[in-house]
Amino acid sequence: MALKLGVPSKGRLMEATFGWFGARGVTLRRTGSAREYAGAAEGVDGLELVLLSAGEIPRELAAGRVHLGVTGTDLIRETLAAWETRVEALAPMGFGRADLVIAVPRAWVDVETLDDLDAVAAQFRRTHGFRLRIATKYHRLAREFLRAHGVADYQLVDSRGATEGAVKNGTAEAVADITSTGETLRANHLKVLVDGLVHRSEATLLKSRRAEWGDAENAALKALLCRLGVTSE
Amino acid sequence: MNAGEGVRAEAARLRAFFEAAGATPVETDILQPAATLLDLYGEDIRARAYVTHDPLRGELMLRPDFTVPVAQMHMAGGTEPARYTYAGKVFRAQERETGRPSEYFQVGYEVFDRDDPAAADAGVFALFSEALSPLGVRAATGDLGILMDAVRGLRTTEERKAALMRHIWRPRRFRALLDRFSGRVPLPPARRQILEKLAGRGADGMIAEMAPVPGLRGAAEIAERLETLRTDAAAPPIGREEAGVLDRILDLRATAPEALARLRELAAEAPQIGPAVARMAARLEAMAARGIEVSGLEFSGSHGRTTLEYYDGFVFGFAAPARPDLPPVATGGRYDALTRVLGRGRAVPAVGGVIRPHLAVVLGRGGE
Repeated sequence: MALKLGVPSKGRLMEATFGWFGARGVTLRRTGSAREYAGAAEGVDGLELVLLSAGEIPRELAAGRVHLGVTGTDLIRETLAAWETRVEALAPMGFGRADLVIAVPRAWVDVETLDDLDAVAAQFRRTHGFRLRIATKYHRLAREFLRAHGVADYQLVDSRGATEGAVKNGTAEAVADITSTGETLRANHLKVLVDGLVHRSEATLLKSRRAEWGDAENAALKALLCRLGVTSE
Repeated sequence: MNAGEGVRAEAARLRAFFEAAGATPVETDILQPAATLLDLYGEDIRARAYVTHDPLRGELMLRPDFTVPVAQMHMAGGTEPARYTYAGKVFRAQERETGRPSEYFQVGYEVFDRDDPAAADAGVFALFSEALSPLGVRAATGDLGILMDAVRGLRTTEERKAALMRHIWRPRRFRALLDRFSGRVPLPPARRQILEKLAGRGADGMIAEMAPVPGLRGAAEIAERLETLRTDAAAPPIGREEAGVLDRILDLRATAPEALARLRELAAEAPQIGPAVARMAARLEAMAARGIEVSGLEFSGSHGRTTLEYYDGFVFGFAAPARPDLPPVATGGRYDALTRVLGRGRAVPAVGGVIRPHLAVVLGRGGE
């Protein structure tokens, strides 16, 4: 058996991942035609590269079909209930940084904090007869955060892409969305609540706690981590 | 399997016990309309219930409890007084690996009776106590009605009281609001800035500066809340003594008679809790009349604040002191407010509870 490493199969995330490993003496590359999603790893014996869509990597790690994987901590926490019991974060990789934040219309000059959002949710329900809608694709993270901070009387509405536009389009009153610079939020007349940071995400090398860890895999992992300069628990 | 023969038999035995006590057996659908439950519990219920979709009926949930459908059924045309019992599975998604089952039996008993709430509370508690007596469990009790009346009677603005009432079931938020309303913590900087801008530019000026106003929440609503903020800032803080009364209710942990004595003292300072304290006294008397040993009964002023939010009076739970790792084997309480919501203003005084027979079986085996 080989030590399987799941890596995003395309785009900036793939290139940055290849770069991060390359800088540490482990060469990852795609093989075959551009459409084939086959890859190879060199520099550590027994390491096998598996190219996957970034969104699938949390599930593959949780199922133990890959031993290691690279993905954002936002996806891990959103996709996997009790994520700590299924994966271990080995090393933050310093790219793919994005913040999941709660944002409301800039014109809501009476709202700066979660405390305000909660009060406005009560007012909104009283006025409109239904719960204030927060558009997001990060349901678990948003719900856990809002519950922990005692925000009530809201509902989450599912939004896949262009979440920042949900308010303008009248499908939500607020959003829980990923931002790196805040540019898109501002362009859509939204502002982030001062205590509205739900999660600070970055690309991370993760280890599956559920995969088969035999002698061969453990030896390959040890060699890999030594090469990368990463320590495991 | 958690639905082993032993658990099934125990569920049947408990339901027969409640039937023998005069309850009518009822059943409810497993598939419940999600809208009612979402309306009651909000988004949190989504994390705890299995949500599914029907092509014609829309969003449905696998029954997360019986109380809501049984109360609905009763409100739709039950005769009174009514006593119901049921046994069946409920479904609760587990977000953490607690080892708790995601489907398990519940056996319940619910009473809808307008006549004598103290007697109804005592009757339900006595029945649960009897049903569970061989299991070595201990009862814990509380009364959310006392805290609620204490809040309703505060000498402060209606908005503050409404905000506190809304968060009775969220202890952290409740505490934060109380600290702010009573001036125990300073106004947060973000709020101070809003108030300064409001004083300088006025609501219309502030909103115009940040235009456009996208979405359903319009400028009128924003201005309305700014006015609420201004009034709130101008209102004097809730007095130290008054806030202290709430603290003392929340921190109260004693035997029932001792708790009653202390609450009576508190009622001298905060007369608004007088009627709720009198109800508690009547309940303890009714319990004693039914043979309950009230002198050793635990009472906590904050019991029942973290469960699904529908209890608004007497609350109780039975748990095994030897097994702190297990959730309570039975819980219950009074939920008049829930019937008011479900009945769209038409309320029926209601009290009831549920037993988890799989836990009764575990404890019955000597806790193995």
